[in-house]
Amino acid sequence: MASDKNTQEIRRRISHNKFRDHLFWVIGLFSTLIGFVVLFTLIIDLFVDGFPRLSWSFLTSYPSRFPEKAGILSAWVGTTLVMIVTAAAAVPLGIAAGIYLEEYGKKNWLTHVIEINMNNLAGIPSIIYGLLALGLFVYFLKLGESILTGGLTLGLLILPMVVISTRESIKAIPNSIREASYALGATKWQTVKDHILPYSMGGILTGMIIGLSRAIGETAPIITVGALTFVAFLPSSPMTNTFPFLSFKWLFDPFTVMPIQMFNWVSRPQKEFHLNAAAAGIILLLMTLVMNALAIYLRYKFRKRIKW
Amino acid sequence: MSTVFSENLKAEVKNLSFFYNQVQALKHVNLPIAENRITALIGPSGCGKTTYLRCFNRMHDLYPGNRYEGEILLYPDQLNIVSSEVDPIEVRMRISMVFQKPNPFPKTVYENVAYGLRVRGERRKRLLDEKVEKALKQAALWDEVRDRIHDLAFNLSGGQQQRLCIARALATDPEILLFDEPTSALDPTATLKIEELIMQLKKDVTIIIVTHNMQQAARVSDYTAFMYLGEIIEFDKTEKIFTHPSKKLTEDYITGRFG
Repeated sequence: MASDKNTQEIRRRISHNKFRDHLFWVIGLFSTLIGFVVLFTLIIDLFVDGFPRLSWSFLTSYPSRFPEKAGILSAWVGTTLVMIVTAAAAVPLGIAAGIYLEEYGKKNWLTHVIEINMNNLAGIPSIIYGLLALGLFVYFLKLGESILTGGLTLGLLILPMVVISTRESIKAIPNSIREASYALGATKWQTVKDHILPYSMGGILTGMIIGLSRAIGETAPIITVGALTFVAFLPSSPMTNTFPFLSFKWLFDPFTVMPIQMFNWVSRPQKEFHLNAAAAGIILLLMTLVMNALAIYLRYKFRKRIKW
Repeated sequence: MSTVFSENLKAEVKNLSFFYNQVQALKHVNLPIAENRITALIGPSGCGKTTYLRCFNRMHDLYPGNRYEGEILLYPDQLNIVSSEVDPIEVRMRISMVFQKPNPFPKTVYENVAYGLRVRGERRKRLLDEKVEKALKQAALWDEVRDRIHDLAFNLSGGQQQRLCIARALATDPEILLFDEPTSALDPTATLKIEELIMQLKKDVTIIIVTHNMQQAARVSDYTAFMYLGEIIEFDKTEKIFTHPSKKLTEDYITGRFG
């Protein structure tokens, strides 16, 4: 019968289609697993190698000729201080620039060119920033091969990211909110400070932390501006016993950071130093994870009350 | 102070033209705004009624490429509010606006209503509390929100949010309150409430309302201006416009032959 044949034909077609359906399921799963398994293996390997070396003394010791005595004190203190300078430099500048471009700047060819270039700047290889910083901060401004120079260099590097994330989150604010504020007689600055800035804070902070997570792992620009690879001392303390009890001398001290310390250990022939590098890697990974967790938390906290 | 229909005038539009870049959106319009009365602007989409309304609080000044010609005189001081010598912020401090869609700030109910006062530098807690309560009562919202004025405004329903926006606009004691199709985003029940509210408010404030809905204009307003292609075709008492319009175009519009 004709209809019988027709039914068979349809069923054959369906099973053929379903086979293709399954085929892609397999390919997709396989691709996902490759990425996941490789990454997971790397992290496991890092933990297996590095975990036994982790101890309080590893965090509180300076680097040493003897691998079992060596620690990352100067490296994590250096990284922390450099990050503070980076954030202090990039965040206010980036937010102010983002607000200016979105709320104040007239939409003409100049702001258009700036906008395009801002996106390009975020994609420039970091070593280029290192070279720029060497010329500007070290040779021209004579800030020395210091924490200040390192922080400002990484600040330049993440500045476009902060600007872009600021602009994106400002763009997400509906125009009706701006109009509501202006209609009540608010000035531009009142509108920015009372509405634009608070409502975009979640996105801005997220952008800042993602920028810092990138900066914390950067090695090339920091080496270029002359970070040391073996530092057996800490920068001067920011607190003093004499008035005014605060000192900024640390800004001009030489320094090293976590990735440089790791690179230094990995490039040594002794296997024991490689384990130290793995252990330092775990700490660096944890620092990044904590920052990312903070970014997610902040985004959640700020977006919770805003629905548009 | 001049009078029309033996009413005191709160404002008077004289030969006003408005341009978006080169396009003329309003063509030599004239309109008296009677004090403590409701004036409605009606007309088909794109006739310029919202553009007209937004001249009254200089909202156009927020965007580039706008130009006003002519005058809107605000009485009693005869301030020409569209003059380039008058600061738009001063105009907005005296004339409030309620928008098409409820647009509360993502802040608490209290902070929404208090914002206009904060902009004016008001810091005294007692006074802010009093004014917020008064404005919420005026907007017929107080009974519904008195226990949650420190909750987020987004938790209110659409109609409540719009009444909150009305309270926000009232808190600063404006001389004129502008409504730009205030019920177009609301359901019939909420619309009815807002309409009743608008009718009650005219004892405190002069009102100009733009509406797409002719029945709404007929229900709430005292005077109606019919606009078409950037011109005011006819202005009269609402009753007259809807029963004996003197122009053919007005009649065609209100009887639903176009628009």
